[in-house]
Amino acid sequence: MTNDLPSQITALLKRAGEEDRPALARLLSLLERETAAEAIIRRELDSAPEKSPFVVGFTGAPGAGKSSLINALLPDACGSGSRVAVLAVDPSSPISGGALLGDRVRMQGHSQGQNVFIRSMASRGDSGGLTRITETAIRLLAHGGWDHVLVETLGIGQVELDIVNLATTVVVVLTPGWGDSFQANKAGLTEVGDVFVINKADKEGLNQTRVDLQDSLALLSTPLSPKIAETVATTGQGVSELWQIIQNQTAAMTDAGLIDQRRSLRGRKLAEKALLRHIESQAKDFLTTEEGGVVLEDISQGKVTFEEAIHHVVTKL
Amino acid sequence: MSQAQKRILMAKTGLDGHWRGPTIVARALRDAGFEVIMIGMASTDDILSAAVDEDVDLVGLNIGGHIDVAKRAIALVQSTRPDLPIFAGGTIPPHAAKDLEALGVEVYPPGSQLSEIVDAAERLTGRK
Repeated sequence: MTNDLPSQITALLKRAGEEDRPALARLLSLLERETAAEAIIRRELDSAPEKSPFVVGFTGAPGAGKSSLINALLPDACGSGSRVAVLAVDPSSPISGGALLGDRVRMQGHSQGQNVFIRSMASRGDSGGLTRITETAIRLLAHGGWDHVLVETLGIGQVELDIVNLATTVVVVLTPGWGDSFQANKAGLTEVGDVFVINKADKEGLNQTRVDLQDSLALLSTPLSPKIAETVATTGQGVSELWQIIQNQTAAMTDAGLIDQRRSLRGRKLAEKALLRHIESQAKDFLTTEEGGVVLEDISQGKVTFEEAIHHVVTKL
Repeated sequence: MSQAQKRILMAKTGLDGHWRGPTIVARALRDAGFEVIMIGMASTDDILSAAVDEDVDLVGLNIGGHIDVAKRAIALVQSTRPDLPIFAGGTIPPHAAKDLEALGVEVYPPGSQLSEIVDAAERLTGRK
């Protein structure tokens, strides 16, 4: 199968471009499974007319309600005939490599409409809250005619913020009682959101969370201040308003030139990440060799210092 | 090089609310290195669209007594992806198990060992 991978991909891309769902689904699998597939897919997509889908990233703590919120937003996102794809990322077990991908449990009942495509993905050890192939997956979805892509990151989010490099607009999902003003002022989440949602707004602590968040955001030195929305995803309260806020904020960001700015930085950031990932995997490979084992043993016995060992390993890559 | 994590869809058919069984099976499959996509209680259409969009290698159905609903889901999946193996568990009476087996579905009734189910998943996804 691997031998004729390029021709297989060409055929699938042609079908996916004609809105064939199984072909698109198979391409996403090849992208995840075959290391050689990503470069082939990117090369082919580079020579096709570029499509820029509206990509909304959702990030926030586990259990904040990201899946439920995306589910509740789907009818609004599909309004005026848009086709909406969801990429939902959940963690892989570092021990077995397996994963329980449960985001779809909260996203039922959309199969009747042909305008929703949902794909669950395991992080497969990638840091950053997404998967290695998310950017190419978004390009594939655009090629398949999906106008909007809603990306759900892992339920984490103080430093794992790769979504910023991929999304048009970043939505940070919080809940009442999420933390006090110190949490709100820590680095990370509050620096990257274009829209902040306080979900589960029917729970106690809403007012305090809103005030802490407002105070924290007021001190940001960004050219456009983020918007705050309040929702109860499970009842639909505030959900249509949230979609409107996301669109308005995106329009304001476009007018201010922020979207273009973000897009021009993207290539550079993605290249940097790919390079670092490559070096890390080479270093890991070296450490599993006999020579690498000796280096680790020498460090643990105090025969060499960390600095000496690092210098030695770097020259081997 | 290929990264061969196989993907399994786990769904419940019908309105039966027993979650413990499929959750434990899903957990065992995860621990065996599978990527398990849970969709919970699902309509036959939802099961079909999940099987297609997620491009899974195996479908696991937890059947809570509603054999006819399960049969409809199986027919839908098989008509769209005839190559896709399906296995089933839950409270399935022996005569119904025979019907399902006639459709090419492997049946693991209550009392089946987790290791048996994991072995079946490995065999059906071609991992072993």
